[in-house]
Amino acid sequence: MNDFYTILTASLVAINCALMGGFLIMRKMVMIGDAISHAVLPGIFVAYYISGSTASLPILAGAAFSGILATLMIEWFTKKARLQSDAAIGVSYTLLFAIGIILISKWGQNADLDQQCVLYGEIEQISFWLQPIAFGIVLPKQTVILLAVAVLLIGAVIWGYKGLFITTFDPDFALSTGVAVTFWHYFLMSGVSLTTVVSFESVGAILVIAFLSGPPAIAYLLTEDFKKMLILACLVGILCSIGGYYAAKWLDVSVAGAISTFIGLVFMIVFIGTSVLKRKVDVIST
Amino acid sequence: MKQPPIIEVHNLTVLYGRKPALWNIDFDLPEKQVIGIMGPNGSGKSTLLKSIMGVVTPTSGFTKVYDQSLNNVRNRVSYVPQRQDIDWDFPASVWEIVAMGRYQKRGLFKKLTTEDQDIITDSLEKVNMLGYAKRQISQLSGGQQQRVFLARAIAQQGDLFLMDEPFAGVDIATEEMIISLLKDMKDAGKTLVIVHHDLHTAQSYFDHLVLLNTRLIASGPTEEVFTDQILTDTYGGKLTTISKISQELENKEFPIRHK
Repeated sequence: MNDFYTILTASLVAINCALMGGFLIMRKMVMIGDAISHAVLPGIFVAYYISGSTASLPILAGAAFSGILATLMIEWFTKKARLQSDAAIGVSYTLLFAIGIILISKWGQNADLDQQCVLYGEIEQISFWLQPIAFGIVLPKQTVILLAVAVLLIGAVIWGYKGLFITTFDPDFALSTGVAVTFWHYFLMSGVSLTTVVSFESVGAILVIAFLSGPPAIAYLLTEDFKKMLILACLVGILCSIGGYYAAKWLDVSVAGAISTFIGLVFMIVFIGTSVLKRKVDVIST
Repeated sequence: MKQPPIIEVHNLTVLYGRKPALWNIDFDLPEKQVIGIMGPNGSGKSTLLKSIMGVVTPTSGFTKVYDQSLNNVRNRVSYVPQRQDIDWDFPASVWEIVAMGRYQKRGLFKKLTTEDQDIITDSLEKVNMLGYAKRQISQLSGGQQQRVFLARAIAQQGDLFLMDEPFAGVDIATEEMIISLLKDMKDAGKTLVIVHHDLHTAQSYFDHLVLLNTRLIASGPTEEVFTDQILTDTYGGKLTTISKISQELENKEFPIRHK
């Protein structure tokens, strides 16, 4: 049953990340997910320090707070200081992450809170948190939260598809027709923050970034229809979770690390495969 | 009788950081004409269009369209952004891009109706791209991309079109197709404002010209403002262009000789 819970949890993270990552990679801002997943550290520590517990709710609130702070900082640096967006991302999240590390190293010695956990997660131990839900179904607490977020995000993407699509493809045109481009930007950023914050706790920051960028990038190579790309990214993410999990068991290594590596390998294979295929098509058509 | 202005620009200044992109621009544009906006690179042509469309917020001054703020008449105005500003590797089909032209009328949360579908089909037909409706946009040539953008603007069914460099990097066939389409649109009572950079074709394409170089150099009917003096003022130090043009103006009747 442990296998099932771990794979289910990873797959839910994969779905959430694929939906958001699909839009992020087309907006060339996927590293904002990287930024948020690191920038949550000081918020988590402050929440832990104030509440004195590692209970999920205050930790999530603290993480969400510093995640949003990171997006606002990035926005402010790019808009007001006219910094390149990648530079703004780099400056903002390293600053917040470093503040988090200092806080923990100074006052967090005795806490079961450490940088390792933020970076690599503890998906292997997910079934420690099993609790009865309803109708005799027992699920880990974090998995339930991830499931709720997945339902919310799928709903949000279906509801806001046109708005997200037009502002991603051509924001200037969208603005000229009166579409509230800023609203859709923060709509997406809220989704990304939510995804990152609920995901990193179970799978760690590295795997969050791998899920945000890898499966959408693989899907992008495989299809030229954006809706199909989003669905395919979810499926690729689930397959990589399963593949990565069993690879980790077989090799007896970290699950998060194995899944990330698996995503990277799949990307390489698909990339080489599609390039070879394209060359063949080019040869035939010329 | 003088026509009422369709676009008014008042004391418009746009600063990027501390650098002015546009400085104290003031002019009116007449209705139902093909209007060219010209000037050297970096002279603020695109910024001017973006300010009128509310894409760029002016530092000071204001613009009016149909004697009102743009927000009241947005549904009558179509904007065609510069083709190069877009990622054409985006996974989308020609049809999906042109359908964006209907989002405004139908709203972002309603399905497009059969009427919308007809309008999209019609717009694609006008630019000779109906056969490419299902094509992925990454497979299009520069000229075809420009036609798709034009079709999207036509699908908006506005009366005023602002186009940013629609002739940049397109093939001759597309340029000719677009120009004849623009003439048809003008005959149908539309107003077209076009950012353009090719001085050779300016006289034949435009009824009215706006010449910019961060400041407004001139705005008026083409035959009045397309003069040696005004072009020199606009293009300033770019002597090679100027001498070429003035030579061409002088030697209009003579064939160009090569040594």
